[in-house]
Amino acid sequence: MRGRRAPLALAVVLLTTFVACSTKRSPSIVDPKGSEAHTIAGVWWLMFGLATAVYVIVGGFIIVAAVRGRGTKEGRPSRVRDNTFVWVGGIIVPAVILVVLGAATVHASNSLRKPETNPLRIEVVGKRWWWAVSYPDQKFDTANEVHIPVGRPIEIGLDSDNVIHSFWVPQLGGKVDLIPGQHNVWRFKATKEGTFRGECAEYCGLEHAKMNFLVVAQSAASFDTWALRHQQPQSEPASQLAANGQVVFMRAPCAGCHTIRGTTAHGTIGPDLTDIGSRLTLGANTVPNTEGYLSGWIVNSQTIKPGNLMPPIPLSSNDLQALVAYLRSLK
Amino acid sequence: MAVTDVPSQETHGEVDAEELEEIWADAPGVPGFFSTIDHKRIGMRYIYTAFFFFFVSGLMALVMRSQLAAPNNHVVGPETYNQLMTIHGTTMIFLFNTPVLAGFGNYILPLQLGTRDMAFPRLNAFSYWIFVLSGIFFFASFLIGKAPDGGWFGYVPLTDKAFSPGINLDFWGLAIVFVGISTTVGAVNFIVTTFKMRAPGMTINRVPIFVWSILSMAFMVLFAVPAVTLAAGLLELDRLFGTAFVNPHLGGSVLLYQHLFWFWGHPEVYILFVPATGMISMIIPVMARRPLAAYLWVATALIAVAFISFGVWVHHMFATGMPVQAMSFFSAVSLIIVLPSGVQFFAWIATMWKGRVRFTTPMLFGIGFLLIFLLGGITGAMLAVMPFDWQVTDSYFVVAHFHYVLNGAVVFPIFGAIYFWYPKMSGRRLSERWGHISFWLMFVGFNLAFFGMHILGFLGMPRRIATYPSGLGWDDLNMISTIGGFIFAVGTGVTLINWFHARWWGKPAGNDPWDGDSLEWSTTSPPPEYNFASIPVVASRHPLWDQRPLPTASSTGDEATKSLGPEGAEHHETPETTGLDARPQGTLDLPHPTYLPFLLACGIAVFFVGLLIKAILVGVIGAAALVIALTWWAWRTEVDLA
Amino acid sequence: MSAVTAAVPVPEATAPTKGEGRPTPWWGMACLIMTESTLFAGLIGSYFFLRASSKQWPPPGIEEPKVMLALIFSFVLWGSSIPMLVAERGIKRGNERTLRFGLMGAWILGAAFVAYSLYDFHELHFGWRNNAYGSIFYTTVGLHTFHVFLGLVMSVVVQIKAWLGKFSKERHVTVQVYAMYWHFVDAVWLVVFPTFILSPHIK
Repeated sequence: MRGRRAPLALAVVLLTTFVACSTKRSPSIVDPKGSEAHTIAGVWWLMFGLATAVYVIVGGFIIVAAVRGRGTKEGRPSRVRDNTFVWVGGIIVPAVILVVLGAATVHASNSLRKPETNPLRIEVVGKRWWWAVSYPDQKFDTANEVHIPVGRPIEIGLDSDNVIHSFWVPQLGGKVDLIPGQHNVWRFKATKEGTFRGECAEYCGLEHAKMNFLVVAQSAASFDTWALRHQQPQSEPASQLAANGQVVFMRAPCAGCHTIRGTTAHGTIGPDLTDIGSRLTLGANTVPNTEGYLSGWIVNSQTIKPGNLMPPIPLSSNDLQALVAYLRSLK
Repeated sequence: MAVTDVPSQETHGEVDAEELEEIWADAPGVPGFFSTIDHKRIGMRYIYTAFFFFFVSGLMALVMRSQLAAPNNHVVGPETYNQLMTIHGTTMIFLFNTPVLAGFGNYILPLQLGTRDMAFPRLNAFSYWIFVLSGIFFFASFLIGKAPDGGWFGYVPLTDKAFSPGINLDFWGLAIVFVGISTTVGAVNFIVTTFKMRAPGMTINRVPIFVWSILSMAFMVLFAVPAVTLAAGLLELDRLFGTAFVNPHLGGSVLLYQHLFWFWGHPEVYILFVPATGMISMIIPVMARRPLAAYLWVATALIAVAFISFGVWVHHMFATGMPVQAMSFFSAVSLIIVLPSGVQFFAWIATMWKGRVRFTTPMLFGIGFLLIFLLGGITGAMLAVMPFDWQVTDSYFVVAHFHYVLNGAVVFPIFGAIYFWYPKMSGRRLSERWGHISFWLMFVGFNLAFFGMHILGFLGMPRRIATYPSGLGWDDLNMISTIGGFIFAVGTGVTLINWFHARWWGKPAGNDPWDGDSLEWSTTSPPPEYNFASIPVVASRHPLWDQRPLPTASSTGDEATKSLGPEGAEHHETPETTGLDARPQGTLDLPHPTYLPFLLACGIAVFFVGLLIKAILVGVIGAAALVIALTWWAWRTEVDLA
Repeated sequence: MSAVTAAVPVPEATAPTKGEGRPTPWWGMACLIMTESTLFAGLIGSYFFLRASSKQWPPPGIEEPKVMLALIFSFVLWGSSIPMLVAERGIKRGNERTLRFGLMGAWILGAAFVAYSLYDFHELHFGWRNNAYGSIFYTTVGLHTFHVFLGLVMSVVVQIKAWLGKFSKERHVTVQVYAMYWHFVDAVWLVVFPTFILSPHIK
């Protein structure tokens, strides 16, 4: 019987795929690096065990029930009454499993997202289609990259001034929506150092697919260094090329939309660029932050992320070179 | 007494049949097409139209899958992808699944109840015309290149004027309100038909399970559809007239929309799923050659689901930041709703357990349904576990889950039902061999396409993304999924060809090709316009198995019983029976073919077009046509309905 | 084959029922009323949802609705159910005269209510675009008024048929179903009125 192998095969595929995938660099929820993700992964493995058992047993029942009457005239009799099937399989066993799931739900949700003392507060505002990040206590802004210290409670305030987005870092925990007119807070802790992929998980229009970000979880000491550096105003450009680039930045439309702290650029339409040189990616985690991509983005970002709000900026190659040098010097 | 024990269809002979044919026939050609109110013609039309939408929207899914087959792909851009995604979801829910089930309900329900038509045949035609006109209305957006792109759920404020200024979203919002009229009117018709039109002796505990499932569906529709009408209606008021329901700057709330949408949205899942289980509950006993196990449990489960489904909607909103305590209630109810499905599941297993299963195509689809729905149900219970839901909601895990439920557990029964009932509808059998091939292609393709999506969700792939970068471990699974999608599509195509062949060259089916138990198998295939010359008298849950020969009633002089026999068919009447014990109570003059339903639907369509293009004159013309048609209808009511 | 067959003898199954069941249009209207009730329940739920998510209700600059005149005309509307009942009872006994005058009486009271509503909308100092309060107020109260108006339009058809003598003791299902609709519309106001007119006064 071909169908008999189906449930077993499914379970095998499931297991092997999980093993295989844990070795890749996926933002996987079963590769937890944060308190919430850990708890939920625990719930998942409990449910996975139950689900596999249920699928194999009930699937087995289906196949056996379908074939056991073959070759008989009127079907094979059974001492089990019809209603016993329904009572045991349809009510009692599922009810027990549901009680277990209910208990797991209550247990997990009671321990998650609770206020703790001395949290690091971060404000994230969802834009179309990037993330404005600010550290209200340290008083500085950045974008598309959230740095957090490992082990310390984190409180991320989530807001939107446009459409609904959802903040999701699979390796750290579940989603919280960014809803216009409502302030949501996500509380969690990172348990391991690393750079984790974050995503917008609520459909937010044209470039929903390219609205991603990174969370950099680092040791308390290196986070403090990072934060301290951001609290300083930008120093004057070190090289002549970069200095020329700064002139280009202020002259070209850039400053109208972007902010670089310590300069006269105070635009708020696009992401804060004060630390653009130290960021890992461009365009909300769309492309790596290399010289080539940065040039490409400036000249015509529409080829990389069609529909984003930044228009193509026509610059001479000298100006572009200088501008790129300047931006990459901003750490 | 009002009864002869000899089947009277035969004794009345050929002459009568021809005469009856003349009394009941539609006008030939185009006039008949627009004026028919025969539930069978309407049911077939529902099914054909819905399948047209199924194949169109399925092709769109293939385009989306091609785009996602490889990372950074450029088959379609994000704009087109978002439009395809919106049309695919909206079409499958509103223009395929809901109406195709209404189509089967329309065709089969009166036959199973042993009556000559639905309770309100003209409303029935009206509801079809609304469905098809709203479908055309919606697809017009695609044809003029202004397809909506707000997702099938149309979350505000993305779909509000500020972020979607074009006419695109108005097509969507108005179509939702528009097609809701059809669903609601259809539901009223199903309820009244079930309660008032059953053959004498078909007490409420002898009603076929398919009828119970349609009844449960119809009650859910009555209480759920107003919510989505409100959601889309308030959105359209904001978009067209500038009200402030969803504008948080003016005191509006974006979450109000979500509550209204999901208050409909979750019962809607059961509105689609419950009739599909009803089909399975008809197919499995016939193919296992024994009565359905635990009939009362199954009927109770169908009603229980209808109630409980209204207490679960917030599990679609677990990530919106509501208080955890409030959400826990919905988490619990979402778990509890597993139980009625569990009851049905083991009733089916018990039925097969003691029967002798024939592996016909309908049964294969039934077993495929069981294996697929088992997984869809399990993942559904997982989604009720709130913290887990935080992780997987809006990820590909959810895409996998609801395709297991809405594709696997609804489309598979529908295909089974086609193989099961098409012989009755056409008098011709579909090929079993090609049916088997179609099933295996669909089953394998389905699991290839959707199983991997569970894992993609675990690997952090969000829903509704038009593209993705490489290097995240998503590439292979997406490729497999795309291949599976195409295999599934080929499987559905095989059935399409099978139908095409059977339609003209299929083997004759006879009255009862499967040795079925319910009344639809007692009449000819295809059934005559009047379904039954004499109404059968029912004394069992399985009249065709237990009552041989099936007794039929004859007319007497009494007002309540005069239409039971062939005289009733001659007078274009059908009996009206009491709600619970199905005793003859009166006689209904069935209305004759009329253009009224079509005109009324056209008036409404013109009205909606007026709203769409904001042309007051067009709206007024539509409203005027509507009022005229309604008045005409009310005027004639006393003539047609006593 | 099936154990549940408590073989009811066929003649018994086809013997007409003794009591009088409801006609199919009654069931149809009952279903329509169920679904319409849900629509209004959704609007009232939306009202309280919007209210709960606002700081001040009604929002600044909008006074609470005036109760006195609204209450008087509410009783006019509710009172219109009485002549409607009279009309129904009349035709049940075959009295067409009572039917005609009952329908007419209900129509006049209903028309008075619609006239008051239109006057009231005219007097309001806020529109439906200014804020969500205005939006939900106009939408719900307006939808109810529209239902009354629709009832008046339908009444014209029913009245013409009544005057032409189309109804009798035996054949009057249109009257029965129309009266159901009318009572339903009155009943909706029993909920809409306290919600929209009275509840803003409760702080």
